[in-house]
Amino acid sequence: MTEAGRIAAIEAKAARMRYDIVEMIAEAGSGHPGGSLSAADIVATLYFDVLRHDPSRPDWPERDRFVLSKGHAAPVLYAALAEAGYFGRDHLATLRKLGSILQGHPDCLKCSGVEVSTGSLGQGLAIANGMALALKLDENPARVYCLLGDGELQEGEVWEAAMFAPHHGLGNVTAIVDHNGLQIDGACTEVMCLGGVAEKLAAFGWEVRETSGHDVEGLLDALTEPPADPAVPVAIVAYTVKGKGVSFMEGNAGWHGKAPSAEQTAAALAELEAVLDTASTTMTEGGAR
Amino acid sequence: MSDKRATREAFGATLIELANEGVPVVAVDADLSGSTTTAKFGAAYPDRLINVGIAEQNMIGTAAGLAVEGKVAFTGSFAVFATGRAYDQIRNTVCYSNLDVKVAPTHSGITVGPDGGSHQMLEDIALMRVLPGMRVLVPADAVAARAAIRVAATTPGPFYVRLGRAAVPVIYRDDYIFELGRARVLREGMHVTLAACGVMVEQALAAAEQLELDGIHAEVIDVSTIKPLDTVTLVASALKTGAVVTCEEHSIIGGLGSAVAEALGEHAPVPLARVGVRDVFGTSGEPAELMTHFGLTGADIAEAARAVIGRR
Repeated sequence: MTEAGRIAAIEAKAARMRYDIVEMIAEAGSGHPGGSLSAADIVATLYFDVLRHDPSRPDWPERDRFVLSKGHAAPVLYAALAEAGYFGRDHLATLRKLGSILQGHPDCLKCSGVEVSTGSLGQGLAIANGMALALKLDENPARVYCLLGDGELQEGEVWEAAMFAPHHGLGNVTAIVDHNGLQIDGACTEVMCLGGVAEKLAAFGWEVRETSGHDVEGLLDALTEPPADPAVPVAIVAYTVKGKGVSFMEGNAGWHGKAPSAEQTAAALAELEAVLDTASTTMTEGGAR
Repeated sequence: MSDKRATREAFGATLIELANEGVPVVAVDADLSGSTTTAKFGAAYPDRLINVGIAEQNMIGTAAGLAVEGKVAFTGSFAVFATGRAYDQIRNTVCYSNLDVKVAPTHSGITVGPDGGSHQMLEDIALMRVLPGMRVLVPADAVAARAAIRVAATTPGPFYVRLGRAAVPVIYRDDYIFELGRARVLREGMHVTLAACGVMVEQALAAAEQLELDGIHAEVIDVSTIKPLDTVTLVASALKTGAVVTCEEHSIIGGLGSAVAEALGEHAPVPLARVGVRDVFGTSGEPAELMTHFGLTGADIAEAARAVIGRR
């Protein structure tokens, strides 16, 4: 596949995932669309290009691991896992319902493809570090990717873990910050200013890369370029727009954790369907070039 | 009974044994590896002792990640920090994902001594006992501690193993076998049941000796597994004696006393007295002084036994 085709294929997956995210949250009647949509391009790039994984063998020892530290963005993970084939798409309509494998926050005991349960913020990076450490002990070449929210960086454990990975030479860890600038109570700058996220992670000893979290080419570069020093973990600060892809949700903290009404859902899905159609066309053309 | 050893002494040494036997144990500690004795394990297996610095939440999180990848991850630190500081990590990551993390902190209870109330954890059994999937072990001596650590290491899922700082008499022989979920009757009697855990087993045995002088035959049970609780043994004993005293180096709220009261309340409601720390924080002092100060000696148990027998 050409580079353009490769990018178009990921964009098409992201468009599909955004559609699924809105549809499943609307069906559930609750959930977190804002931070799921902001992460869609990041998660699509991981699952449909970067990660070495096999949906038919979720416990394949050499698979790359993904930890969704911002567990409330579960719909973006479920959309990717369903699209990849970890479970049937029919499960998406059961999100947050009694008996569903798709819990409100990811549950590894219920859902195939979820490496570890998350949802209580601030814990994913420490878990990812422990996984990476075990992989090193076992001389397993797999990598661990961990997606954090930016509001989540207010949790102290994140910085305990941020100190840990460089100290222990965990070059097999990549942390990605979905930096959409908004949290439940408003802008991060107003709720509790994060300061320079990239500068802070660099000061903690990470090789930091910055990119738009909606530019698949930029994400691919950031996610795949080997670190200058193989013992240094990589942190990617991905600048994103909360609610990306749905015009009335974009940049609005109010869409952190609520489901759209029937009318809003119809409007949102119409917008996303248009993108999906364009993306599919582009992918076909890109692939043919 | 002359040999005295702290239960924490069994920690590092048993991890070495387990590693030698091929069990994929790792230890994660938080700048207390000398005190917890995980440093001994680290000396034998340098790659398998991970120090996170003074960061207990990260200690549990890192251990969880190691467990996700198939390691049997023991965590160190002191009981107050390992359980209180990292409670959400233990709940939401370790227990919710049902991981092979074995929380085995040392320095539980008032026998920590001079460090005082900030470091004397009296609520840990209560905190751990309510977590779904968590098994809670309180070994009575260094021999039982070794056996408990081995059971925790070789049984899947989360465990809490409560270890102590102070040297306590060794009451078990080296061939002791720790049976998960089984309380052990150490002394049979018909007038009162003394159900104890941890360092209080020794005190309960002393109380039984004192009561014997008055013609009171006390049954002493080592409840080394608080969860799952051996309801069968406790109920049988309560029905036989008709009076029960629980003995723990822990708050009387939420620990062994509460667990036994819950079980007997449902199955054998007999008069019950709880010997333990009475809803207060600890304080500085030598361990033996503190046992007297907080009413945790054999004499205190004997007094409680006489009173509870009177309520029968």
